[in-house]
Amino acid sequence: MERQKPAALIVGAGIAGIQAALDIANAGFPVYLVEREPSVGGRMAQLDKTFPTLDCSSCILTPKMVDVGQHPNIELMTYSEVESVEKDGDVFHVRVRKKPRYVDIDVCKGCGDCAEACRMKGRITSDFDEGITNRSAIYVPFPQAVPLKYTIDPDACLYLTRGVCGRTFKCKDACPAGAIDFEQEAEFVDVDVRAIIVATGFDLIDPETKPEYAYGVYPKVMTGIEFERLSDASGPTKGEILVDGEKPQDVVFVKCVGSRDPHTGVPYCSRVCCMYTAKHAHLVREKVPDANITVFYMDVRAFGKGYEEFYDRVRHERVTYRRGEPSEIYRKGDKLVVLAEDTTLGEPVEVEADLVVLATAIVPRTDMTDVAELLGMERSPDGFFQEADAKLRPVDTNVENIFVAGCCQSPKDIPDTVSEAKAAASSALRVLVRAREAVPA
Amino acid sequence: MALKTAKMAEQLELFGCIQCGKCTGGCPVARKTTLNIRSLIYHMLVDSDMDVDSHQELWDCTACFTCVERCPKDVEPAELVISLRGELVESGRVPETVGTALMGIFRQGNPSGMARQDRELWAEGMEESLEEAKQAAKEGCDLLYFVGCIPSYDQRIQPVARALLRTFENLGLDVGTLGTEESCCGNEVRRMGEVGLFEMLAEENGELFRSIGAGEMVTTSPHCFNTFKNEYGLDGVDVMHYTQLLAGLIEKGELTFPGSVVPEGEDKKVVTYHDPCFLGKQNQIYEEPRAILEAIPGVKLVEMDRNRERSLCCEGGGGRMWVEGTNLEERLAFQRVEEAAETGAEILAVACPFCLLTLEDAVKVKGLDEQLQVMDIMELVDLASKEDSGADLEADSEADLEA
Repeated sequence: MERQKPAALIVGAGIAGIQAALDIANAGFPVYLVEREPSVGGRMAQLDKTFPTLDCSSCILTPKMVDVGQHPNIELMTYSEVESVEKDGDVFHVRVRKKPRYVDIDVCKGCGDCAEACRMKGRITSDFDEGITNRSAIYVPFPQAVPLKYTIDPDACLYLTRGVCGRTFKCKDACPAGAIDFEQEAEFVDVDVRAIIVATGFDLIDPETKPEYAYGVYPKVMTGIEFERLSDASGPTKGEILVDGEKPQDVVFVKCVGSRDPHTGVPYCSRVCCMYTAKHAHLVREKVPDANITVFYMDVRAFGKGYEEFYDRVRHERVTYRRGEPSEIYRKGDKLVVLAEDTTLGEPVEVEADLVVLATAIVPRTDMTDVAELLGMERSPDGFFQEADAKLRPVDTNVENIFVAGCCQSPKDIPDTVSEAKAAASSALRVLVRAREAVPA
Repeated sequence: MALKTAKMAEQLELFGCIQCGKCTGGCPVARKTTLNIRSLIYHMLVDSDMDVDSHQELWDCTACFTCVERCPKDVEPAELVISLRGELVESGRVPETVGTALMGIFRQGNPSGMARQDRELWAEGMEESLEEAKQAAKEGCDLLYFVGCIPSYDQRIQPVARALLRTFENLGLDVGTLGTEESCCGNEVRRMGEVGLFEMLAEENGELFRSIGAGEMVTTSPHCFNTFKNEYGLDGVDVMHYTQLLAGLIEKGELTFPGSVVPEGEDKKVVTYHDPCFLGKQNQIYEEPRAILEAIPGVKLVEMDRNRERSLCCEGGGGRMWVEGTNLEERLAFQRVEEAAETGAEILAVACPFCLLTLEDAVKVKGLDEQLQVMDIMELVDLASKEDSGADLEADSEADLEA
């Protein structure tokens, strides 16, 4: 990496951060890409297909993940967090904390022998798989992870939590490369950058804030992101839609779970649920050809390129759209019952279900306050980062030379996220080019 | 007579409605009657007039407020029902039984129209305690116990009030009560649409409460509790339902149970709990009643599938105790007691006088009385407060009735 050139810092390596990093790096400027998780990829890595084209999400994302991992102009700092930022004229002095992985990533070959041997194997909930599968205490979040290096979960490892793991360390014994290092400590890296792109992504609302849908009570009620893992060919069921080990016959989708609901504190539309629900309905039809599929909706918002056409296609695949927001879910024998008013009929209806998928709202990440404070950024009333001007300066912020991209600014789909990432990269490049011209080479 | 809709639609902010139907979808009576609150809201918005008389189904609403709780847009659909009922009340076009209940409250301070001077008959056998509590109220007490109309006059509920007074006494609380000076709280009055009478009651009761100066108030019924807490504006008074007070005292270790609800050596009683709408959905008090049940020796608490926020209304609220509604055959209480029986429970515990009456009636109609007993949590508290009291359960829930 050409360190003498003005550099950019990108916080968050989901699709927004990845795209922005590649654009800046390809223009010849150095990028520090900081990601809190052990791998880059973010939410998009969890998705099965992408609407409306039905491209396999990881098939289009993985090459970009590999690119950021190998790019000569990108210094990838995974499992790391920005510790402090100090603005000094046009320069940001940034301190990054690399959390200890307890694995030397220069040595680890990613073989996975350690995870096989781990005493906690199969006992730790996989966040990547939304709790559907379990992993070991030493893990890679998913097989396409970049870097493909193992990390020891400090909250799950027996040695790190209790100080003892049998007579010898199982993982250490198993590792052929000698990569495991329990002595590893957090490392601090100081970098100077001229521009920062914040691309920290989103959370999904806790479905239990809508207790009427009984999420957590019935395993047959799941969230959209859980459905993605279930539907993913490389996911826990190899892409088979299985609920309690069986293929569901009656599938009901509930949209706007938390969204458009000032009562819940989420007054806005989450913008992706209409389309991913249509996609989910399509996937159910593909995988369970004789299933009865019902989508309950308040409105259908299919505003993007090719979206209305996709919605049309899905309905023709024998998916019944019924207008009405379900009010309650309860159990009747082996089935769930979704209570709603079909407002077109003007009648209350009870629809049986073996699987109910809740399209849960996109919400600001829980640590938005910390990040905002760290960078001096303002937030809009909905909790997301505040852009300088919604129409004319959509990726600028109140802090000069700090830009935003993706769902940390507001809910948005992948095409819009990538557009914003490219806009933010272009804005950052303008700063970097100007700085390069000011500094004699 | 047609109602001009514009003013009411604006006052109730019905323009916020997006017609999603979550109100009607969750309405417990929408499945059995023609009441469709979503559709009523729409008509209020698009029609200039409404023939309110033609909507007799307005009297089906139980004021459970599930619609209000679930509306994503903070429209309060049940308030439209109340306002439309108000139109009918104002012009005297109400079901006869509603008129009688309202008149009873106006004249005698209770919906049954029983004599005001008989209001303290509930304390039969505890006259001394009652006198002490009345005296305490006169002299100024820490805790004011509001008995309520149904517990005062209904023979089935009177033991619940006695159990409460007895428990307060055992705990040595500085409790006062109003005796014949107590009047209807007005919670159902407001929900039947009689705003004028409600305001009168709220003003008179509020003044009386303030004159006593108790820092805490406790009620038998979630209905009285609801209106005191949310509609009276009793600043500086901590209004509680009895389940809150007792759960707090149990947690502090001040209320303990020397006895049990079963005789020694016998299996625990399987108890399920029905959430009253005015306690649960409307005031989010879900855990306190359960905490009491869990603490009572000899109780094994099991849950019905529909519990807490998904509890099914018993159809006793919103004035429905005094008006049958348009569908007599399919009572929600019937469905509810069957759900309770399905859990294998021997006791269906409630914390509301209306629920106790509707569900007990349903148990009889459904022929479940051999297997399922409906009891107020207070009756179980009372039983377990006596040493070696378990055997009483089979005979009668209250010892003092034997006298």
